Amino acid sequence: MVNSAGWPAVQEAFLNGEVFRASFPDIARAFVLNVKIFMVAEAVILVLALGVAILRSLPGPVFFPIRVIAIVFTDVFRGVPTILVISLLALGVPGLQLSGVPASSVFWATTALILVYSAYVAEVYRAGIESVHPSQEAAARSLGLSRLQTLRYVIVPQAVRRVIPPLLNDFIGLQKDTALVAFAGPVEALRQAGIFEAANFNFTPYVCAAVLFLALTIPLTRTADWLIDRDRRKRAASGVA
Amino acid sequence: MTAAISIEGVHKSFGKVMVLKGVDVEVPESNAVCLIGASGSGKSTLLRCVNLLEPVDSGRILVHGDDITSYEVDANRVRRRIGIVFQAFNLFPHMNVLENVTLAPRKALKTPKRDAEARATELLARFGLADKRNEYPDRLSGGQQQRVAIVRALAMEPDIMLFDEVTSALDPELVGEVLGVIRDLAQTGMTMLIATHEMGFAREIADHVCFLDQGRILEQGPPERIFTAPEEPRTQEFLRRIIEAGRM
Repeated sequence: MVNSAGWPAVQEAFLNGEVFRASFPDIARAFVLNVKIFMVAEAVILVLALGVAILRSLPGPVFFPIRVIAIVFTDVFRGVPTILVISLLALGVPGLQLSGVPASSVFWATTALILVYSAYVAEVYRAGIESVHPSQEAAARSLGLSRLQTLRYVIVPQAVRRVIPPLLNDFIGLQKDTALVAFAGPVEALRQAGIFEAANFNFTPYVCAAVLFLALTIPLTRTADWLIDRDRRKRAASGVA
Repeated sequence: MTAAISIEGVHKSFGKVMVLKGVDVEVPESNAVCLIGASGSGKSTLLRCVNLLEPVDSGRILVHGDDITSYEVDANRVRRRIGIVFQAFNLFPHMNVLENVTLAPRKALKTPKRDAEARATELLARFGLADKRNEYPDRLSGGQQQRVAIVRALAMEPDIMLFDEVTSALDPELVGEVLGVIRDLAQTGMTMLIATHEMGFAREIADHVCFLDQGRILEQGPPERIFTAPEEPRTQEFLRRIIEAGRM
């Protein structure tokens, strides 16, 4: 690759040390917005998605309408491309000029990410809830615990433990997708890199943004692996007993 | 005196399969009634109906004279009076023994944590589990797990205990310790309805034995008569097969 005919030009366009050093501080500052969006979105998603998953797993004909709402929610937000949801919400809602509704595109872009990822994470939670054997529910109900108490103390704690690895996987995806907010206007890392790119006719700022994203996602990925590993070791240890 | 449990004409189907076809059983106060019969004869389903884990299709179940199968009944309240122990233990794997035992008293009865723990510790000690209170279920033997499950049910201070083939999932050498617990309970006068494959145990502990066959009580009576002089050919055949298998 280094010996290819185009290498010098590519090296100049993408790996220019001078441009990298010049653009890094501003892109890093813009990256703080990505981190903020990620943190807020993650906290909301964890709760919202669990709510959706629980609603969807309510049994019986009484809860049929609620289940339908939960199903429509997950189908819609998993089905529409993330970039479209962001564009529609972040460009559309502020344009309505509704009073009492935030007009900030960051707010609406974050909301869009929350909705899309909640749909995915709700499915992860649901898989976890369904993986808990019905005999656990029978045992809890037979002791006189209500359906809600059974969910809260018996089903959900077991379900969440089982889905921590796939949950972390989705959050790694969310970290990357905070870059999509760029398309709605806010100056986050990707957009800031784009500004530098346009100013210098050089693509190195994108590499710079990529490095920043990696600096955040790699530790999280390693943490996920470590948690999975630890869980497996724990189970192996108790399996011997 | 009204019976602790009266089961009257209970029918139950799962889809097109009728599992219970009109079952009548009476369990007088402080009695132990054993349900025997082949797998699939409806023993477990009957117990699950008494605990309201399965709704009955028709017929009714009275507990101390109250119809627990009527629509107005609060199932959670009924279940607090009736403990059930399952074949597969069904302990909560994410909680240690003490948490397993105290969860329902604390959340369903709103017993303060300290009181619930004191009561649990007392019960665990009574059944030889005092040193296991901080262990997680998967560190315990099957027999210990099943004894914890019994303690967990007893912690709700039920009037009635249901046992659903509680030794069927145990290694043979662990069966004795669990049966010992049930024997203890019988001596304290606990009202019990016990589905079991342990014929020797049923014969020893039961005040009354019911033989279930294809969803009906085919024959019932005192254990001496059922085990030594059964009248129905199907009961005779069932007991003969049990004896041939060396289980009695």
